[in-house]
Amino acid sequence: MIRFLLLQNRQGKTRLAKYYVPLEDSEKHKVEYEVHRLVVNRDPKFTNFVEFRTHKVIYRRYAGLFFSICVDITDNELAYLECIHLFVEILDHFFSNVCELDLVFNFHKVYLILDEFILAGELQETSKKAIIERMGELEKLE
Amino acid sequence: MALSGMRGLSVFISDVRNCHNKEQERLRVDKELGNIRTRFKNEKGLSPYEKKKYVWKMLYIYMLGYDVDFGHMETVSLISAPKYPEKQVGYIVTSCLLNENNDFLRMVINTVRNDIIGRNETFQCLALTMVGNIGGKEFSESLAPDVQKLLISSSCRPVVRKKAALCLLRLYRKNPDVVNIDGWADRMAQLLDERDLGVLTSVMSLFVSLVSNNAEAYWNCLPKCVRILERLARNQDIPQEYTYYGIPSPWLQVKTMRALQYFPTIEDPNARRALFEVLQRILMGTDVVKNVNKNNASHAVLFEALALVMHLDAEKEMMSQCVALLGKFIAVREPNIRYLGLENMARMLLVTDVQDIIKRHQAQIITSLKDPDISIRRRALDLLYGMCDVTNAKEIVEELLQYLNTAEFAMREELALKAAILAEKFAPDLSWYVDVILQLIDKAGDFVSDDIWYRVVQFVTNNEDLQPYAAAKAREYLDKPALHETMVKVSAYLLGEYGHLLARRPGCSPKELFAIINDKFTTVSTSTVAILLSSYAKILMHNQPPDVGLQQQILTIFKKYESYIDVEIQQRAVEYFELIRKGSALADVLAEMPKFPERESALLKKAEDAEVDTAEQSAIKLRSQQQTSSALVVADHPPANGSASVANQLTLVKMPSQTSSDIQESTPTYEQAPKPPVETPKENGAPFDVESKATSIPEINIESKVEPPSTSHSASPADLLADLLGPLAIEGPPPVEQHPAQVSEANQSSVGDLALATLDDQSNSVQPIVNVEEKFHILCTKDSGVLYEDPHIQIGLKAEWRAHHGRLVLFMGNKNTSPLMSVRALILPPSHFKMELASVPDTIPPRAQVQVPLEVANLRASRDVAVLDFSYTFGTAPVDVKLRLPVVLNKFLQPITLSPEEFFPQWKALTVHSLKVQEVIKGVKPMLLPEMANLFMSLHLAVTPGLDNNPNNLVACATFFSEATRAMLCLIRVETDPQDRTQLRLTVASGDQNLTFELKEFIKEHLIDMPRTRAAPPPTPVQQQLPTPAPPATYNDPGAMLAGLL
Repeated sequence: MIRFLLLQNRQGKTRLAKYYVPLEDSEKHKVEYEVHRLVVNRDPKFTNFVEFRTHKVIYRRYAGLFFSICVDITDNELAYLECIHLFVEILDHFFSNVCELDLVFNFHKVYLILDEFILAGELQETSKKAIIERMGELEKLE
Repeated sequence: MALSGMRGLSVFISDVRNCHNKEQERLRVDKELGNIRTRFKNEKGLSPYEKKKYVWKMLYIYMLGYDVDFGHMETVSLISAPKYPEKQVGYIVTSCLLNENNDFLRMVINTVRNDIIGRNETFQCLALTMVGNIGGKEFSESLAPDVQKLLISSSCRPVVRKKAALCLLRLYRKNPDVVNIDGWADRMAQLLDERDLGVLTSVMSLFVSLVSNNAEAYWNCLPKCVRILERLARNQDIPQEYTYYGIPSPWLQVKTMRALQYFPTIEDPNARRALFEVLQRILMGTDVVKNVNKNNASHAVLFEALALVMHLDAEKEMMSQCVALLGKFIAVREPNIRYLGLENMARMLLVTDVQDIIKRHQAQIITSLKDPDISIRRRALDLLYGMCDVTNAKEIVEELLQYLNTAEFAMREELALKAAILAEKFAPDLSWYVDVILQLIDKAGDFVSDDIWYRVVQFVTNNEDLQPYAAAKAREYLDKPALHETMVKVSAYLLGEYGHLLARRPGCSPKELFAIINDKFTTVSTSTVAILLSSYAKILMHNQPPDVGLQQQILTIFKKYESYIDVEIQQRAVEYFELIRKGSALADVLAEMPKFPERESALLKKAEDAEVDTAEQSAIKLRSQQQTSSALVVADHPPANGSASVANQLTLVKMPSQTSSDIQESTPTYEQAPKPPVETPKENGAPFDVESKATSIPEINIESKVEPPSTSHSASPADLLADLLGPLAIEGPPPVEQHPAQVSEANQSSVGDLALATLDDQSNSVQPIVNVEEKFHILCTKDSGVLYEDPHIQIGLKAEWRAHHGRLVLFMGNKNTSPLMSVRALILPPSHFKMELASVPDTIPPRAQVQVPLEVANLRASRDVAVLDFSYTFGTAPVDVKLRLPVVLNKFLQPITLSPEEFFPQWKALTVHSLKVQEVIKGVKPMLLPEMANLFMSLHLAVTPGLDNNPNNLVACATFFSEATRAMLCLIRVETDPQDRTQLRLTVASGDQNLTFELKEFIKEHLIDMPRTRAAPPPTPVQQQLPTPAPPATYNDPGAMLAGLL
């Protein structure tokens, strides 16, 4: 299962953080700091997987943004790697050509989208179309 | 620029972004927090819109890393808002800010429940999402039934149902009781028929979790999973939106295959065939394509398929297909695929016998050990570690040592530990082992834990041949200008004990040894000083003829430390000072350390402790645990390591020192009943307390200090001490270990009739994941190993035998992340045993291990077996098992070798009919004489060649211990017929009628070929590869001996 999902820029600013395991705030800060340090200097030619404590971080870089998912050691790495990409495609579709600023100013929307995509640390919906349609429904309610 | 839709929020975000440094940012944030606080205080005049805006701002500030605890209350209260926009913010921000332990959540539990059971679908979704993301015990207890209803409701839209499925999963993880297994298997089967792939994806996650805890209950769902896979893999009626780069939902495929890995096997031939067709299609049909995403997705599916194939133990052809694929992967440039190739190859080692094929890739794997990417290096290290055996240990360990020079800090400790373990397990010779460990300490002293150097000391102590070599090596290292402190410790210790063996070499006189050690004295910490003091005392003892100058020097040091602030050092100084003045008594008290008893390697334990915890253990891991038990079992290696015959030797629990003496001429020392010096302290003229302390100090104090507070074996200091004092108390190793398992597995199967199947219909829902009967057989001839294991608990056992007494320790390890309750253990002993079981704690905490000692006294000979009635509750399911304890007749036998002069008078003297019994036995399992000798040896009967002139006969002797008989000599003669190996004549003689009878029956049971045991599958593969091993050769193989110690 996904323990947490982080979206950080190169400077280590957190743009999105979602934890599916109960952590104290201080622990969250530590995790965010450590994960950033872990992924930021890795060569693009390296694997997208890094061991993190007793778990594994699957990460992918899009321009200046790092999407990192922490999963169990035995989880299927490539499946989660593509799950990141699917998430990015959904964001891209929703914001039509997403950039970091979209995510900064609309962070609350990003949380909404994420809740339609992942729940309880597991994938909830893998159809981009279904999620975009659902977001449309919700926007009408606001 | 995209804006948030809330002007105040956008402005604030812009402001923060425009801050040039952290300080400015803090000021801006503080100002905003102050503002929010005041606004919240005068709630009047705060519109819902404003409230919503402030709560979003708080979340933003929280993301920046600031504390917003003051706003929790406001946030949570928004959940109760009547309108969607506010309610939504309340739910989302609450699930980001609060965790399950927060008290505020209790306040809204009713609102949440009302939203879940209410009619507003949007509210239902919000509530389910928050509960699913936060979890928590109270939510779990009060909401689970409602969530279940939504999941199975036919009127809810998919958007609600998929959230309900995952919400239930979260609640189930918190508290498995929320899903009542009985009713759920059928519901689950229905749910797996779901047509909406979004719902099905969520449901499959729930299913994986359910099935990982209890596969038995969900057999009926298995064919459904296969059907889903067929549907996906054949690309039938999958809506376009659920294909990802042309691949039908790779995630659902992966999840489904993961679920299937929790079923032990697939029996239904139709399902099996269909599944293999799909798997075959995946294995063959996955090509490398240019598009990265497509490539990743298809390989995600491929790797999951590989794991499933491995789990199912597919036909040979398919397996070799898998190995071939992996071999290809570990050679590709693409880092992710190479990484996964290495990872899966290591997993493959655990489940199948592919060692030899994988070894062909060794060079390739070593290349990956030098990859610039640490992730890949780690995988390579793991794989090398897993594939190492006696044939390639030297090469692999030397690679690791070399790599140690350049490895980064993050990896050094693991590397050092692994190198040490491999060196210990597979050393082709002992001096090589010493070399490796000393090199390790030299190169990476900071990363070499104390366990590692303790271990080398144990080996050297137990192997006389090794002592001068090790001492000389230690002496060499001391010449180096800069030395790691650990090296000082180990060198000082070795030179103190064995320095005198070098006396004739240049630079090795007591005086010179002292001088070179004392050079380091001022630079080391107190724990090392303590060791140095002991070394000095020992050097002084060997200082013959006495060098008065040296004595003065050393006495001065002792004198100086008599008032040292550290109590340990002070005590040593005082005691050594006094001892030295006692003169000749010194030699008695400071005699060489006795040999250590066989014990498990602290290193291996450590390696196992490092195991990770995962929410759902992979099926592969579950299976591998059956082989390499995580609890304690040291002598129980998977046959995957090394060839079968080597693996067999590995299971010998032996002291290297003992093994070096040829069994054929088992020496008279075996005959002596062990004399515990503790009980006869006056014998060597020193008071007991001083004696035991003086000789044991270096071990006790240090080990007890550094032993990590792990849950495993040596958890409590008291036990640790008992363990360490063991060698002192017995002088030599306990009797039974002296001729343990010369067993070939072939012989073990002949123990069959002793152990008639499982005891009763153990109608538990929890089934053991090891073959309990087989484990019992193994333990009949071995003194440590796994007795029982199921998905929740592992019970290991370790035994020591002394005359008619035995001390067993049961290790009960909880494998779960939740406690096992109502733990009970009861012994039902037959009348010939007196047994006392220490009390068992009612609860075994998560991932903890408890040790329960069991004392046994043997009153008289009997073949009846004691039964352990063991029960516990996991969740609500009670589990009750009855396990036979391997306290069998041979445990109280001690082999003894008699000369013809001793044997024949005894043999002739026993003429009374009932004391000497003869029987012609038919239906004997045909075996050659050496095999039979092995069998006897495994039963602790010393086979003595030369007593009987007829080469087809076999004579064996042993001493039997019981309260009734005391030590009683037993003589056995077997006359075989080379023409017909299925029959033989057995004669058993002893001074006790009952013993003679029982022993005869006991041996008979082992000789007769029982059909039942032939049917037992597991031992057979090893059995077949055992072409009458030549025992002396195997015993002289130091690698095997070492491994035996593990």
